[in-house]
Amino acid sequence: MVLELQKPRPVWQIMFSTHHTDVGLLYLISSIAFLFMGGALALLIRAELFLPEAQLIADAMTFNRIFTVHGTTLIFLFLLPSASAVGNYFVPIMVRYKDMAYPKLNAIAFWMIPPGAALIWLGFADFTWYATPPYSIISAPGPAADMWIFGLKILGISSVLGAINFVVTILKCKHPDMSIGQVPLLAWAFLSSSLIVLVAIPTFAAALLMLLTDRLGVTGFFNPAMGGDPIAYAHLFWFTFHPEVYVLVIPAIGMMYEIIPRFSRKPIFSKSSGIFAFVLLSIVSFSSWAHHMYATGMSFTEKTVFMLGTLAAVPASGMHVFNFVATMWNGRIKFLTPMMWAIGGIALFFSAGAGGVANAAMPLDFTTHDTYWVVGHFHLFVMGTIAFGTIGFIYYMFPYVTGRMYNETMGKVHFILSFVGTVLVFFTQHVLGLYGMPRRIFDYPAIPEWIAMNQIATVGAMIIGVSMVIFLINLIHSSAKGKPADIHDPFGLGGKYYYPFESKNPHH
Amino acid sequence: MGHHSNWPEWIYVGVIIALMVWVGAEAWNVERLVEHVPADAETIIVTGQQWFWSFEHEDGRKEVGTLHVEAGKAYKFDIVSTDVNHSFNIHDYVVLMDAVPGRVNTVWFAPDKAGEHDIQCREYCGLIHYNMRGKLVVEEPST
Repeated sequence: MVLELQKPRPVWQIMFSTHHTDVGLLYLISSIAFLFMGGALALLIRAELFLPEAQLIADAMTFNRIFTVHGTTLIFLFLLPSASAVGNYFVPIMVRYKDMAYPKLNAIAFWMIPPGAALIWLGFADFTWYATPPYSIISAPGPAADMWIFGLKILGISSVLGAINFVVTILKCKHPDMSIGQVPLLAWAFLSSSLIVLVAIPTFAAALLMLLTDRLGVTGFFNPAMGGDPIAYAHLFWFTFHPEVYVLVIPAIGMMYEIIPRFSRKPIFSKSSGIFAFVLLSIVSFSSWAHHMYATGMSFTEKTVFMLGTLAAVPASGMHVFNFVATMWNGRIKFLTPMMWAIGGIALFFSAGAGGVANAAMPLDFTTHDTYWVVGHFHLFVMGTIAFGTIGFIYYMFPYVTGRMYNETMGKVHFILSFVGTVLVFFTQHVLGLYGMPRRIFDYPAIPEWIAMNQIATVGAMIIGVSMVIFLINLIHSSAKGKPADIHDPFGLGGKYYYPFESKNPHH
Repeated sequence: MGHHSNWPEWIYVGVIIALMVWVGAEAWNVERLVEHVPADAETIIVTGQQWFWSFEHEDGRKEVGTLHVEAGKAYKFDIVSTDVNHSFNIHDYVVLMDAVPGRVNTVWFAPDKAGEHDIQCREYCGLIHYNMRGKLVVEEPST
């Protein structure tokens, strides 16, 4: 693996490079930057909700804009690009090819992120990441709303370009001696998630265009005043974004499949069941989108179909958990930072999934829908599972990218604080939801249970905030001053199950 | 991999599938009963608009913000919206249904004893969404 940061190179050389590890580095650095920007907004939200009445955010409009940009940023500018970063680094090496299949397209896909991000952050729209019509058509103030729509359009195209690149790289450019079954599980994860992107994203791309022309008053697809139907948007949106959950979670599981066997010093329990579960998840991800819409007035039959489609995803997710636990079973586990993040991520993945089963069951959904339960539930996925897997993997690839070791103690402190904080925030939010607090509210009545739960959640969020500062210091300090890593075995695991990272793709 | 047996995984997957079938069947059965509107339910038209709720009883009485009903009777809500999406919610009675412009959505409930409960909007609807709240007053039966 190429050590990008070991010998000094001018910044422009990395920026205008099309080499997969350079593009991976760009993805990595920008996604970490957006993690901190989106996270700062989360802390503002939590600080505001510490007590009823306005605290430090002046008005509801500002609050609404903040949680909209928080969600949009962390999904589209942190989670997706950080997965692309890992994919760019590892997929070509894993399929033993010199680069991504289309290096220029790869660089273009990355360079669509800054303009998309600029539109979202300069606009600062207020209509939630779901851009729900008819609010987004008749009520949301422009130009923020229009800028958000264009920003998402650009980021959507970037995702599709990236996905095409991964699919072609894995299927067409893998080494001729390598059968598809020999492709490592992390690359399989990117194949599965990229195929989902290719099927799912175009629907949202169409919905965005329709939303834009509706806003311009030219059409009325989703505008009831012009004969349209807002529920049609909900279907188009969730047809893309329920599968998108799997687009995010599958690469994170793939990263855990890299980390768990190495630090357990055992081969994966069953690679074939991992592949099977990836493929199954990709398919059933399309059978559950309308479980977000039970309360929109769907018929009993529709709800039943989508409940069954949702529950169908559980065995496949469970297979991954089984695979991880069975791999660790009787292993000589070395609890270094990446392994701790991976194990924490699996535990929270299990919790998130258990909450998801409750949501999917129709009668229970009417208690939890659009309350803080849902906020807690999906954050256990996006933060507890996906971000945990990704952060663990960032620690894991750190020596290969920089040639230096991160500070192990700081890494462990980062994990412990983040884990405690995540449990405090998001488990508490489940309870808050059961007490009936709706999501997306700027202020709430002084109900004692609501205040108590909100305060625990805010304290948890601040703990996560502190842990992330430690993370940032560790990254910056160690990449410049960390002790040089033994590149053949930086974690001291012994070589037997070790991936041949010395295989390099020289710049060409 | 071949060098170990996979039967624990098959048992585990079987247990998960059995659990999911049970959850699904139970949910199906409960929801079927919950959705069955009693024939004698009184209809109340609920209108959501930015940012308050208004109610119209079967006898033509109109209320804004506060809804008065009697314990021991069944009520059917016909929920409509005049502007954007809202969601009509009485959390204590698990009443939740979106108010979607251009549609009439239905949900019913039967309060069992007198008391006051919160009504709120649970779907994001803009600036004052956080304060789109009302009161449900359940009164003792009049007869």
